[in-house]
Amino acid sequence: MGKIEVLHPGLYSSLQDLGRHNFLKYGVPQSGVMDSYAAKKANLILSNSEAAPVLEITQLGPKLKFSEPTQLAICGAYLNPKINESVVRNNRIISLEKGDVLSFGKRVIGCRAYIAIVGGFISKKVLGSYSWYNGITKFEMLKKGSTIKYSSAERSLHSLNATVKVKDEYLNENVIQVFPGPEYELLSSFQKKVLMESAFHIDINNNRMAIQIKEPLDNDLDPVITGPVLPGTLQLTPSGKLIVLMRDCQTTGGYPRVLQLSENGINTIAQKVIGDQILFKLIEIK
Amino acid sequence: MKHKYPQIKPMGDRAILIEFQPEINEKSLNKLLSFKEIIEKELIEDKVEVINTYHSLLIVYVSTIENIYDKVFALKELVSKANIGKNINSQIFHIPVCYDEEFGLDLELISMENNLKIPDIIQLHTTPIYTVYFTGFLPGFLYLGGLDEKLQISRKSSPRMKVEKGAVGIGEKQTGIYPKTSPGGWQIIGNSPMTFFDKNRNPPCIISSGDKVKFYSVSKSQYFQISEEIKVNNFQLKREKYHG
Repeated sequence: MGKIEVLHPGLYSSLQDLGRHNFLKYGVPQSGVMDSYAAKKANLILSNSEAAPVLEITQLGPKLKFSEPTQLAICGAYLNPKINESVVRNNRIISLEKGDVLSFGKRVIGCRAYIAIVGGFISKKVLGSYSWYNGITKFEMLKKGSTIKYSSAERSLHSLNATVKVKDEYLNENVIQVFPGPEYELLSSFQKKVLMESAFHIDINNNRMAIQIKEPLDNDLDPVITGPVLPGTLQLTPSGKLIVLMRDCQTTGGYPRVLQLSENGINTIAQKVIGDQILFKLIEIK
Repeated sequence: MKHKYPQIKPMGDRAILIEFQPEINEKSLNKLLSFKEIIEKELIEDKVEVINTYHSLLIVYVSTIENIYDKVFALKELVSKANIGKNINSQIFHIPVCYDEEFGLDLELISMENNLKIPDIIQLHTTPIYTVYFTGFLPGFLYLGGLDEKLQISRKSSPRMKVEKGAVGIGEKQTGIYPKTSPGGWQIIGNSPMTFFDKNRNPPCIISSGDKVKFYSVSKSQYFQISEEIKVNNFQLKREKYHG
């Protein structure tokens, strides 16, 4: 069994899979990777199951030392990954030798990158998922000196095998696909126009639970009876703050739910950082 | 704007929302839970999770849904034809609460604001049979209906940074128990030694939508005794079948 030693934890690094299902009724958040597209691709490159846990890293990557030879794939944000002193690329099979150190440099684009490992990280499933969440799993995020185990079974993939096509254009995309939310029709035509036609920016408060939008939207809606919310629900607070709920969000909420991001929209906004510009675009459901 | 209920529509590309008349009462809850059971049975192959709040059902899929309008149409058919039963299987749970001033941090404040003696507050809080509408906000946090109007009080203007696990609070028309230590803005009147969410238990919560809760007052020494019994798994929680 291989062991990863955390030399530096990075800004916010956690193990995630495709989320915790069937426990919403007990008020347990879904959690799971913020950008499911990138996480699935990283696993696919290594022929892992797409639901295998991956390491989600945020803006400032960690520094990790690997005790046994293995292979990795990194997808999503481009954070200048290096093995020892050599630059490596995203969306490729990366082979590591015993004692190699993976580190990251300056962020180029995107917010979150996903590290998948051949054979998968070894961790404990809690309530049907590997996803770390405070109060549910033992760990919430990587800390300096902590370790993660991985399977070091002989399994050498050739980089030639990598025929997985990864489309990274969405990292530059500022159009966020949305559907009308349950309370969309309560908005005035002016509010709808502002919401759908203005440019908005990502605010300083953004994490795995929610991404706040800098520009407020004038709000005179009555509060609603507490109802279900989901990752991707855009809530409008009494003060006019727009808040996009993300993967670690609560299961219910009492603010009007004006928009609902598509899965693609959630993945796209998950790659935005403070100050990035976004536009909401209504899409038709096929 | 007039609506015809129930409204059934997609909520994004991974969920379908069914909304009934926006009201909070037991009759609506029972209707909701009957539909929930029917839908869960019908969609068992789809591996969905169906959750309810006061007047909504949300059907959550594991991944994006193909042909969402076919699903919505099928649900409309199902809901319109459904023959909903009257009987919801529910249980009543008797929950010990210690209303000692050590735990009841805001008892005096409520006493002054609402012009009630502390024993009256305890009496008014332990008399009703509360209905569990759903679990949300935090894992294991029960939304309870049935608080006596005389106990209604607004939340704290600035929330406490730390409310203890088991704290029993009142916020506006609601009462509830904090399942874990967390920040919170409710007025705190006591503490329950019970565990309302345990990730190592399956299911992690013993109380769910449609169940009933009744509080009973325990002294500080009984509180600590029950805590000990819970620790060694020797506490007999009083629960029985509830006949409405």
